[in-house]
Amino acid sequence: MSDLPKLNWTRPRDFRAGPFAASVVRKAGWQALARALAEGRLTLLSLWGEAGGVCMALHDAQARRVAVARLKTRKGFASVGVHHPPAQRLERTVADLFGLLPDGAEDMRPWLDHGRWQVVHPMAEAAEAGQQPPYPFLPVEGESLHQVPVGPVHAGIIEPGHFRFTGQGETVVRLEERLGYVHKGIDRLMGGATLARGAELAGRTSGDSTVAYAFAFAQAAEAALGLDVPRRAFALRGIMAELERLANHIGDVGAICNDAAFPLMLAQTSVLRERVLRAAKAVFGHRFMRDLIVPGGVARDLDDAGEVAIRDLVEDIRENFPPLVRLYDNTPALLDRTVGAGCLPPDLARQFGAGGYVGRASGRDFDTRRDLRYAPYDMLRLEVPTREAGDVNARIWQRIDEIAQSCSLITQMLSGLPAGPVLAEISAPGEAREGLGLVEGFRGDILVWLALNPDGTIARCHMRDPSWFQWPLLEAAIENNIIADFPLCNKSFNCSYSGHDL
Amino acid sequence: MRRFLLEGLIRRPLTEAPPAPDEGALGELTTALEREARATLGRSLAIRMVDAGSCNGCEMELNALSNPFYDMERFGLHFVASPRHADVLMVTGPVTRNMAEALRRTYDATPAPKWVVAVGDCARDGGCFAGSYAVAGGVDAVVPVDLHIPGCPPDPEALLRGLRALIAQAGRDKPQG
Repeated sequence: MSDLPKLNWTRPRDFRAGPFAASVVRKAGWQALARALAEGRLTLLSLWGEAGGVCMALHDAQARRVAVARLKTRKGFASVGVHHPPAQRLERTVADLFGLLPDGAEDMRPWLDHGRWQVVHPMAEAAEAGQQPPYPFLPVEGESLHQVPVGPVHAGIIEPGHFRFTGQGETVVRLEERLGYVHKGIDRLMGGATLARGAELAGRTSGDSTVAYAFAFAQAAEAALGLDVPRRAFALRGIMAELERLANHIGDVGAICNDAAFPLMLAQTSVLRERVLRAAKAVFGHRFMRDLIVPGGVARDLDDAGEVAIRDLVEDIRENFPPLVRLYDNTPALLDRTVGAGCLPPDLARQFGAGGYVGRASGRDFDTRRDLRYAPYDMLRLEVPTREAGDVNARIWQRIDEIAQSCSLITQMLSGLPAGPVLAEISAPGEAREGLGLVEGFRGDILVWLALNPDGTIARCHMRDPSWFQWPLLEAAIENNIIADFPLCNKSFNCSYSGHDL
Repeated sequence: MRRFLLEGLIRRPLTEAPPAPDEGALGELTTALEREARATLGRSLAIRMVDAGSCNGCEMELNALSNPFYDMERFGLHFVASPRHADVLMVTGPVTRNMAEALRRTYDATPAPKWVVAVGDCARDGGCFAGSYAVAGGVDAVVPVDLHIPGCPPDPEALLRGLRALIAQAGRDKPQG
């Protein structure tokens, strides 16, 4: 990689233990990195704006190391997205929030800004907004095409977003997504906030991943502060994270089958899911374990009764989930819907660095817990299952395999549970610091970049949901499927709207 | 599949005893409901759910209402796909500016008599997102609210208590004969 600018490449054990040093690059270096991304030598972890610059987090998968490149600019920056499409929506967001324009970008349309905030560039010197022209969807030309606009209000209990289908007969020839409806301005709310308030907001970025977000945020804060967290707190975080994964995976296996008109599965899995949530409530005091992971450790310890309750739950799942897997595998009418539907080709999954079951079901062998290790997983045996087919069926099996892994991890953590305190005291760093958090949520890798002021308040917090790199792939996976299969394909991806829009 | 269906026949149901209607909510509702409207509704409510900006936590608990433990259909409560079929809008989230128009239009598309239930702490006043440039406020910043169910998120039992209070009111003045 001699043609690349010199970057401060950091291994997990280093960036997990202390502050992260971003590497300032010049324009030529920035462009060289963009080309390296396009050539597949590096994976884009995220791209975000800050006061007076843009940053890119990069993953060198072979060497298992991470770097953050920083380009200082007050106006624009060389577009990465023009070489490497996964960066496009992130760049449009930088333009919306900071007014920093990606030079040479093909798509300069606003992304999160729908012209309704009454301000423009809310993360820079927010100016009063003028009238924004109607959003131009991509032009479609061809014989006998029709369009179906769907959303933002959808016909079920799901989040809002707009889907513009172009069909030829039953077949989808293009899906264009328009997101941003649930943009809450979390980035700006984070500015100047205390760590406690930051953790509260992080835990409400995507409700179904509240544990994972709080975990990643705490990691970033602890790394920036160079804080020693008690081992017991790590184990409890791991248990919460795996319970969250179990609840989501189990519930979604049923929900996907339900979208293939097989409600029996949903009825069964929703019982198991409810038992996970009830156990979480009984043991940790909240069904989704919200606000329990805080910078410094965890807010609530686990007692003996709680340990027993979690062991019982894992036994329950080990006994009652496999029959549901057999039910899935032995129902040809259901498999007829899932096998071959919504195929995501492996090269696209690799290019976009698709995390979680979306990437792994298309052959991308990556799991933050193994490849960018962090406590408590550094002490545990973890197998990372992958599949190649990339269809709805593969994503279901991927979830099924991961459920078994989570059960194993919880058992391991309970067997080796360290004693001792669960919360370390936090003090202000006394200087500006930056830290990186990366956690494997149920959907994939969640990235948190945190810059702290000397007094310990937040200068900048950027959170990147795994959905950023999965939503665009859904557009690809639905092509040549019938419109009626969209709910099924969509549910098998289950991207977060709120985590993406934030 | 036969095994699951058979077990469903012989096993005791998981569904739990109904929670009592929320007293506080009943009080809030008496002022909100029109007599004639109650009479027309009977004891069933069709609910259209609108996420106006939530983190999706409230959605998970609304979904849980349909699981066998809570089984909300036994109370005559069911979710419908279109606002035109709805008696009640359950709205979650702080209302984002990007969703305000969609929420207002959904409300306008719902035929009267109709009620709006604001679900969760954010739906009351924007919760932890209040004051953001991207947030219009609580649900009542955009459409009139009849009932508020607090929580972050409210658990399914709290949701059922609130909805049962609503249905009790709706059925109270049913015409005789």
